[in-house]
Amino acid sequence: MKTIILQMALPYIRFILIFFSVITLFRGHNFPGGGFIGGLMASGAFIFQALAWDVNSSRKTLRTQPSVLIGSGLMMALLSAIPGILTGKPFLTGTWVKIPLFADHTLKLGTPLLFDIGVYFTVAGVVLMFIYTLMEEWQWK
Amino acid sequence: MIALPVLIPLFTAILLVFSNQARYQKIIGVSGAFAIFATSLFIISNVGGKQIEVLQSSNWEAPFGISLVVDTFSALMLVITGFVSFALAVYSLFYIDEKLITHRYFLFFHTLLMGVNGAFITGDVFNLYVWFEVMLMSSFVLITLGSKPLQLKGGIKYLTMNLVASLFFLAGIGILYGKTGTLNMAHLAVILQNDEQAILMNTSTMLFFMAFGIKAAVFPFFFWLPSSYHTPPVAVTAFFAALLTKVGVYAMIRVFTLFFIQDPQFWHTLLLAVAGLTMVVGGMAAASHYEIRRILSFHIISQIGYMIFGLGVFTPLALAGAIYFMIHNMLAKTNTFLVAGHINRLKGTYKLKSIGGLYKSYPLLGILFIIPAFALAGVPPLPGFFGKFFLIKAGFEAEKWFISGVAIFTGVLTLFSMIKIWNEAFFKKGLEEVPEQGLRERLPLRELLPSMMLGAGTILLGIGAGVFFDYFIEAGNQLMNSDQYIQVVLKNFEYVAN
Repeated sequence: MKTIILQMALPYIRFILIFFSVITLFRGHNFPGGGFIGGLMASGAFIFQALAWDVNSSRKTLRTQPSVLIGSGLMMALLSAIPGILTGKPFLTGTWVKIPLFADHTLKLGTPLLFDIGVYFTVAGVVLMFIYTLMEEWQWK
Repeated sequence: MIALPVLIPLFTAILLVFSNQARYQKIIGVSGAFAIFATSLFIISNVGGKQIEVLQSSNWEAPFGISLVVDTFSALMLVITGFVSFALAVYSLFYIDEKLITHRYFLFFHTLLMGVNGAFITGDVFNLYVWFEVMLMSSFVLITLGSKPLQLKGGIKYLTMNLVASLFFLAGIGILYGKTGTLNMAHLAVILQNDEQAILMNTSTMLFFMAFGIKAAVFPFFFWLPSSYHTPPVAVTAFFAALLTKVGVYAMIRVFTLFFIQDPQFWHTLLLAVAGLTMVVGGMAAASHYEIRRILSFHIISQIGYMIFGLGVFTPLALAGAIYFMIHNMLAKTNTFLVAGHINRLKGTYKLKSIGGLYKSYPLLGILFIIPAFALAGVPPLPGFFGKFFLIKAGFEAEKWFISGVAIFTGVLTLFSMIKIWNEAFFKKGLEEVPEQGLRERLPLRELLPSMMLGAGTILLGIGAGVFFDYFIEAGNQLMNSDQYIQVVLKNFEYVAN
């Protein structure tokens, strides 16, 4: 499916997908969204590239193996369990840090967010691994 | 602390994602397995056969969050799982091809282990379902790793049957949740104990029974086991034989002692009938086969019958006997599979007809086989004898004469099939054969090490039966009196009996 339109539009599509995947990820704590759907959207960006050009160019843009994404994502999810233990509570207990910003605004960072980022990377890695393997196996044109 | 048996395999699996060098995989895989074993020892020393430890994960109090609960039964299962899987990890070093190890054999080994340990420590029905799925997925990968046609055939059968089981299980959970509005096991126990309509839960109970029955391979549902267990590499088969069916039995014991206690007349009769049929059918089928792995596979089924028998009799002694039997079985059954692997390496086949004279050339291997084989057949002072003794004694005390008789009779069948392997493989005069290419002349001692570990464990369990039995009786008591479990888990929750 090599059309020049898709190839030309690709940078913009990729930017939009990744940008909104990050937004979806961060609003996921209190609103619809979160790591899973964000990860799917982010993987969509790379799948588009694999469709527009080929798997190799997509891999090159990703710069790393999907399996590394999976591993680091899982590791982040596992790390988010640790602060709870360190504060003497059961593991996975949510721990929050409040960072004051300008005026009345504060930035709340916590382990659920870290967990969600882990999910984001894991999902993106898993989907990309599936798609790359299948496309390479079938020698997708 | 008690979450570690799940977190360590997860951590190990994550480490194994990052590199695919065989050397790295081997080191991480085995040391991860050892860490799990060490942790489980630490946990049992904490639980100490008396208390129940509970961890409300994420600090959400039960019944709102997921509780992880370790009582004596769980702790015993964790220890034996740790021990057997460590031995198997060492065995895999020698018996799994380098190619499969670089294809991340150990990763799936550890995710499977994570599922098994998770099922042992969870106190939440839906969480139990999740661990079953984790187990199912990783065991499917393990069974088909290498992608030989035979393996795929066995793998598909395995997957299909177990997906059906998961479906039943999920449907049962759905009905249960619809009626009671909770998934926490302790909370379920409270609600169902105080509900006069608890008999309406029989639908759900039956679905659970079928789901766990398929997993545990009891009588009407066992056929997937012998048709898939002989296909993967023998280290994988041994791993499955040790753990997967036993998790089904564990889950069955857990739910039937904790919250499905309505209508005992019907359920215990059903359990006993199923147990009897499982024992006899499995034993008969094992007696009729001549392929070592098939004999052993059918034999697993027959042994599952004993554990269900203990559950059906439903006294502390019977439950203690069932747990003891389960642990003995995990050690001995795994070891027989390991020895089958050794035999295959020497002779290149699992068919008894073309093996012979092993005792003469490899006396040590003979001894390593005879320990688990006699243990399974129930020769004192090996643990199979004590296991059967406790179970049958409990059966007589509860005046279940017929089923106890069946259990004794099955012991003879077991003895027969074990002696058959012994006679054919070890004692029979060696056949005049042309040595094939690529077979080993001798086995180095280090490859026999896992078998020796398991054999030593078996002997220890048998000789120390008196010492260890306090633990088992305590586990049985804890299961029979679920009050302690409920109080520990629902400590901060004011429940109202309706």
